[in-house]
Amino acid sequence: MSEYNYTLLALLVFFLPLLGFLVTILLGKKFSKIYLFEVAIITIVLILSIVIGFFKLGFQVDERIISQFTWIDLKSAGTPYTSFIIELGIVLDNISVIMLFVVSLVSTLVHYFSIAYMKGDPRFNRYFAYLGLFTFSMMGIVLTHNFLMMYIFWELVGVSSYLLIGFWYEKDSASDAAKKAFLANRVGDLGMLAGLLILFTTYHTFTIDNVFGQIALGVLPFNSEFWLTIMGVLLFCGAIGKSAQLPLHVWLPDAMEGPTPVSALIHAATMVAAGVYLVTRIFPLFTGDALLFIAVVGALSALIPATIALTQNDIKKVLAYSTISQLGYMIMALGIGSYFYGYFHLITHAFFKAGLFLAAGSVIHAMHHEQDIQNMGGLRKKLPITYATFLVFCLAISGVPLTSGFLSKDGILAGALAFGSLTGHYLITVVGFTVAMLTAFYMFRLLILTFHGKPKDKHAYDHAHESPALMTVPLIILAVLSFFAFYSFNPTTAEKGWVFEKWIQTPESVVPESARYSFMVPESEIRDRKIIHSETYTKTVHDAHIPAVILSLLLSGFGILVAFTIYYWKKISADKIANSLKPLYKFSLNKWYFDELYDKTFIAFTMFLSKILNWFDAKIIDGVVNGAASVTRGFSKISGGFDTIVIDGFVNFSAFFSGLVGIVLRKMQTGKVQVYIVLLIFSIVILIFYFSR
Amino acid sequence: MNLYDFIFYFFAALTIVSAFFVVTTKNIIYAAFNLLLTFFGVAGIYVLLGADFLAIVQLIIYVGGILILMLFGVMLTNKITNVQIKTEASFVIPASIGVGLFAGVLIAILLKTEWRNSPADIPISTLVPIGKLLMEEWAFVFILLGVLLLIALIGAASIARKE
Amino acid sequence: MMEVGLQHFLVVSAILFSLGIFGVVTRKNAVMVLMGIELILNAANINFIAFAKYGNFGFDGQLIALFVIVLAAAEAAIALAIVLNIYKNFATVNVDEINKLKE
Repeated sequence: MSEYNYTLLALLVFFLPLLGFLVTILLGKKFSKIYLFEVAIITIVLILSIVIGFFKLGFQVDERIISQFTWIDLKSAGTPYTSFIIELGIVLDNISVIMLFVVSLVSTLVHYFSIAYMKGDPRFNRYFAYLGLFTFSMMGIVLTHNFLMMYIFWELVGVSSYLLIGFWYEKDSASDAAKKAFLANRVGDLGMLAGLLILFTTYHTFTIDNVFGQIALGVLPFNSEFWLTIMGVLLFCGAIGKSAQLPLHVWLPDAMEGPTPVSALIHAATMVAAGVYLVTRIFPLFTGDALLFIAVVGALSALIPATIALTQNDIKKVLAYSTISQLGYMIMALGIGSYFYGYFHLITHAFFKAGLFLAAGSVIHAMHHEQDIQNMGGLRKKLPITYATFLVFCLAISGVPLTSGFLSKDGILAGALAFGSLTGHYLITVVGFTVAMLTAFYMFRLLILTFHGKPKDKHAYDHAHESPALMTVPLIILAVLSFFAFYSFNPTTAEKGWVFEKWIQTPESVVPESARYSFMVPESEIRDRKIIHSETYTKTVHDAHIPAVILSLLLSGFGILVAFTIYYWKKISADKIANSLKPLYKFSLNKWYFDELYDKTFIAFTMFLSKILNWFDAKIIDGVVNGAASVTRGFSKISGGFDTIVIDGFVNFSAFFSGLVGIVLRKMQTGKVQVYIVLLIFSIVILIFYFSR
Repeated sequence: MNLYDFIFYFFAALTIVSAFFVVTTKNIIYAAFNLLLTFFGVAGIYVLLGADFLAIVQLIIYVGGILILMLFGVMLTNKITNVQIKTEASFVIPASIGVGLFAGVLIAILLKTEWRNSPADIPISTLVPIGKLLMEEWAFVFILLGVLLLIALIGAASIARKE
Repeated sequence: MMEVGLQHFLVVSAILFSLGIFGVVTRKNAVMVLMGIELILNAANINFIAFAKYGNFGFDGQLIALFVIVLAAAEAAIALAIVLNIYKNFATVNVDEINKLKE
């Protein structure tokens, strides 16, 4: 396909969801079936993105297709700025094309799922309109080739997430959660904005490629590598907010107040992955220090939520914490330079986590909006399809062989092991393996408590029924996509798969070599684009692969075994463990007291500050205002006297004078058009004489 | 003095004299018939300038359309029974002075100005080039004029109709 | 007498124009005023065509003259409709008796 066709298709994929949103929101009140329009649009978008992906990945793997136009060019406006050009445009490379497919597929499945799940909701059409808006903004993030559009759509995604979390705004908890999500995101976006400001003052452009080019030429912010690191970290702050990394992760569990398909689409597969996507997009500009920061944030976000997920009882909360944990995994992978596996895990995770949420939605639907797993159990027989798919997703997320999760997770763990041995940061390696074990444990705890054992709530159990095909078919599609065969022929490693071999290469870092990780500086003289790591690193990763596989299999197997021992065979009582480790248990159950901590510090401080400001307002500002008022009053009295005597006299005189003139001029106003024409002719003659002089 | 000049002076005189009668005569019917002569003279001038199509259009629309319309207007606004077709004039003296001055100035300017003078070869019939221009370059204006005429028709009917 | 050229046509048109204005200004009957306006339009048309020929501007001048004729037709129709309406309301068509503009 020619570049023109790609651009055309990409623009269609980009703007069709916007059309769907506008039509659905505007006509939603009039036509109750208008949501079908949005569903049709999203299906078309899916087909188009498959077409794009097929041709791009099949025939033009090595090309980067960029289509851009100049939006603002201050140079041509004659300003003193020598170079001040803002370009808008889209880029189609392998990363964005794959992401396009992931977003549109999950979005389409969620649309179909929602038709059944949201049935009977009074604001049915508006829900679909919001989904369209979200898809549009997500496409913007995926396709953009510059930071400005990235930031704009970043905020748009935040808005649509806000609208969807607070969709049932009659519930106080839902509207509070929406506000919390919005504010937490805002904190991260503030950092991103600061990073963008540094970037723009330095490079006078928002186009990502141009920025990279200038960094490679040695142009640094404030001429120091330190500020380059700071800029990278600030830009990463946006990802912290959107991908719910520590310490801004608190909004994601609360966001589960939104409808469950929304959680699947936004808070599992796509929007929270936008942060990871941002990091992959701008990966080359991170210095070694910035990457280390990213790795630490990722590792913490992987570990802490995983420990919280161990004790939660709300099915969606467990999944939410597991999402944060897995996103932390991806961020950590990127931070340790394991670019490919970070991105790969993003894709595989998008499928199985969306599937987990949709399966949870199916369970909740069957249980009539019961979300507490302590009231479930034994649903295996009632919901066979949901159970089977849920099991596949659990295996995938736990990293059991033959699943997609095994391929991606193993790569990350191998990378972590290599990173530990090369740099000595073994803590990150330890965290990686620990989280793998914890993940296996809490996922199987969830599975067993929900689907096995005896039903706790007899009444709800009797009324439970398998969901309609509209809900189960998306689950089956996602479950199929959770198998290894879609990513690699070899079920043990992704390295020989086409995704790794052909589609995604780690981009070369553009920062000065002294500022990179030592292992990311090529040793050989050959500066091939494909060789960007040192040979030592490649060798270490290769050697680390087998130990990593064995270790991770042992650990996740252990986690699964423990889960079965405690909850299935009931050899060890869960209550007993909880009692013997009471402080730890309570710490985890209360989510490490993050909310309380923020309550006591930031929120209390803000309240205190606003009280002081209130006092300042009431006493000092008001005092100044009142004083000014009394001075003004005195002054106005004096000027009032002046007014009545001098000004009024003048005004009266001028009125009298105009009256006099009017009496004279009235004679000329006959009201006859013809008289006016005569006067006009005379005036023209006079004017001609005047100007011909 | 060749034939061309002779014909020009003939038509110019016809136009100006009859136009003079149009604006000075008291009888409105005479004015209308003099107007006919004026239009005829202008059409002749068009022919001299090589615009044969326009001359025909002038005759058809002005003489056949507008003049008849005006005669209708005269008949409808002067009760047929007691014919009051004499009309009066007003401010003749100031208007004569003003218009005379104006005409003098205008003609002085015309004669003093150096006009661009490169006469074009006008083909024998202008029908084909005008038709082509109307359908190609000026097609949009042409359509617009059609719409305008329609609106004028509707407007005239709605203004003139009885309540 | 010099040979007939552009200026001759322009002078004819200028005289026609002035006579048109004279008619518009002095006549009392509204229909006569309209006749004056037609004279003015004809004067303008002569100018267009004369310039089109002597300035060698192609056929655009003739086309614009054509459009002016069309507009004149539309204008005459509307103006006569207005005259009829005035006649209905004031029982006269003498423009000097219709001086509502004064108030």
